[in-house]
Amino acid sequence: MHSFGYRANAVVTFAVTILAVMCSIASLSDNFNNPSPTADIKVLNINWFQKQPNGNDEVSLTMNISADLQSMFTWNTKQVFVFVAAEYETPQNALNQVSLWDGILPTKEHAKFWIHTTNKYRFVDQGSNLRGKAFNLTLHWHVMPKTGKMFADKIVMTGYRLPDSYR
Amino acid sequence: MGWIGDGLESIRSLQIRQVLSQAVSLGMIVTSALIIWKGLMCVTGSESPVVVVLSGSMEPGFKRGDILFLHMSKDPIRAGEIVVFNVDGREIPIVHRVIKVHERQETGEIDVLTKGDNNFGDDRLLYAHGQLWLQQHHIMGRAVGFLPYVGWVTIIMTEKPIIKYLLIGALGLLVITSKE
Repeated sequence: MHSFGYRANAVVTFAVTILAVMCSIASLSDNFNNPSPTADIKVLNINWFQKQPNGNDEVSLTMNISADLQSMFTWNTKQVFVFVAAEYETPQNALNQVSLWDGILPTKEHAKFWIHTTNKYRFVDQGSNLRGKAFNLTLHWHVMPKTGKMFADKIVMTGYRLPDSYR
Repeated sequence: MGWIGDGLESIRSLQIRQVLSQAVSLGMIVTSALIIWKGLMCVTGSESPVVVVLSGSMEPGFKRGDILFLHMSKDPIRAGEIVVFNVDGREIPIVHRVIKVHERQETGEIDVLTKGDNNFGDDRLLYAHGQLWLQQHHIMGRAVGFLPYVGWVTIIMTEKPIIKYLLIGALGLLVITSKE
């Protein structure tokens, strides 16, 4: 009953249980955080806009992205992954989501930022539907915790339109 | 001399009982582990509800040895989600983030492109030769929860099998020799 093995077993079991409970509490405490993020994206320029030889439209644009995601950070936040996606509908596809830019916010200090950038990933359509196309720019974020549940949400910005002709 | 015979008899019957009860408790451990695993499969709808991160392609979010909990719901895949997918011709599933989604108008079929956060380019080089998009059937689940370091146990055991056998042997010995 009181051998070394039994005592070691009891200590390890107790320690693991406490660790599991603390991890659960840390993850649950994220639910009490009410974030109030803000974001603004301006399309400054359409650098070029053309049809690829395989028939897909491709566009290159310059954006100015500013956002404040500081309120996403809690004590259980390891990092916040943030990305901007163009979202639009075409006759063929009910939804197209094309990631244009992404970044990792490692700390709260980095979470209020602005960046002047061209699209990091190619903005290519499936087909040739981009001329005069209205699209949304959506700022998504994905909160990656130190432990437990991951959170994701977005801010949708509407009212962007591509030019009517290739350039 | 009758009491010696009685004593021998009682010891013998005790040993059989003890062996039986140990076999039953060992069986209980194995079956309850199986029940938990299969139950998780039912609840999460994913064929492997827990995966261990094996590469550094999602650093600094997920490091080697971290554990991800997967969920496979009816909700369609969207950009930004971290999915686990199997590519034809590759045995080990990959955990990467979705960066592009194209969803068909009538059928709702999806074309998905993924990328590791720590990789420079997208995953088309990892896909089967000539494959441009992932479809729904490639995707095993999306990551919903995260637990650091725990996966090192399985990584060590698969890379150093001798430790696995030592551990199984020691546990077996413990079960057999334990008195209660």
